[in-house]
Amino acid sequence: MSNSNLKQILTDGAWRQNTGLVVLLGLCPLLAVTNTVVNGLVLGLATMLTLMVSNLAVSIMRGLLKPEIRIPAFVLIIASVVTVIELLMNAYFYDLFRVLGIFIPLIVTNCAIIGRAEAFASRNAPLPSLIDGFATGLGFCITLVLLGALRELAGRGTLFSGADMLLGDWGQHLALTIIPEHPGFLLAMLPPGAFLGLALLIAARNAWEARNSDTQTIPVTHLVADHHET
Amino acid sequence: MSGKSHPVIRSSLLLGLIALLGTALLAGVNELTHERIVEQEKLRILRQLNEILPTASFNNDLLEDVIEINDEVFFRHSAPVKVYRARMNDQAVAVLMNLVAPDGYNGDIRLLAGVSANGEILGVRVISHRETPGLGDPIEKQRSDWILGFNHKSLQNPESDGWAVKRDGGEFDQFTGATISPRAVVRAVHNTLIYFEANAQMLFDTPAQSE
Repeated sequence: MSNSNLKQILTDGAWRQNTGLVVLLGLCPLLAVTNTVVNGLVLGLATMLTLMVSNLAVSIMRGLLKPEIRIPAFVLIIASVVTVIELLMNAYFYDLFRVLGIFIPLIVTNCAIIGRAEAFASRNAPLPSLIDGFATGLGFCITLVLLGALRELAGRGTLFSGADMLLGDWGQHLALTIIPEHPGFLLAMLPPGAFLGLALLIAARNAWEARNSDTQTIPVTHLVADHHET
Repeated sequence: MSGKSHPVIRSSLLLGLIALLGTALLAGVNELTHERIVEQEKLRILRQLNEILPTASFNNDLLEDVIEINDEVFFRHSAPVKVYRARMNDQAVAVLMNLVAPDGYNGDIRLLAGVSANGEILGVRVISHRETPGLGDPIEKQRSDWILGFNHKSLQNPESDGWAVKRDGGEFDQFTGATISPRAVVRAVHNTLIYFEANAQMLFDTPAQSE
């Protein structure tokens, strides 16, 4: 595996094929939990971990998996990994687990994960698969954090509120009040704010791409139907 | 089918194996985390209870001294009301009741209300709700001090008519743009006091129900 290849995988996963901004997979958790930075970060990290472990497991077993059983096998692997993460969070990050609630088990239905298992891990060696999982997860996580920051700032005028749930008591000092006496902007906190915020992020990304690739055309956003998503 | 097993059988076995591995993994992790999860759950409940009732004011095991009341008509909800009894050297100190206000703007508002043995509110907290952020959510202590307004209230203070939000002629504030959420909470707390006055003896004397 050459370095340029690994770099390719990294940029593909995190930027060129960013799950949240380009491929638009896994929108249900993306839109639902991003009302604060901390919520977004935690779900992003949990998703990233799931992607890495499931990619690795699928890649190791790829020689054994016949095409007709690969989908149920993927589902079994992903569901096991997510349940392990759920139990661990419940035990060690109890408050956060309660905030994110149903969205941790719902990582199972994030079709970005089964998508990477199918499109990448089942065809590549363990190391590149692991890196692909990391890169895709990183891209997703960054999107969640950006959207969370956007909405928290607009909606409440704070950043990193609730960091104590992740880091213990000293996390309270991390909570920043950027706009004191913010009256609260309801739209940003409610679901419509998530759609608008995501649209702004996608627009910003496309504008950036357009400016940095004079000869290339703007990458076409693939509209992939979320078949697997509940 | 000569010698080698049928591909379907092979695939099924493989799937079964993966399921088995997954189950083993989950069983292991469950074994490792189970105790801690139960512990965390207890701690969380205790933290909620202690916010209303200081640890120094009782010396029984609050989490074990629990009964459940099923009075769907009175509490207007099918969920049983959990009652934690606090005692100091077997003297009744207070009850903490986990109840539901069914008429929030967006459905159930789950509350924890503490009532001292002499019928005074020790404190009320919102455990969970789905009220509109920014409008109905000042019922949370994190958002405003409104919920502290119940402290030291009783059936005599104020009299029955006063147990309503100001818009309804009572003495509790509503919020700008939200009357339904505070109204639901006031009604549920008032109901709790009425129930307590009529049933105080029973609430303290019923033997604890082991879970």
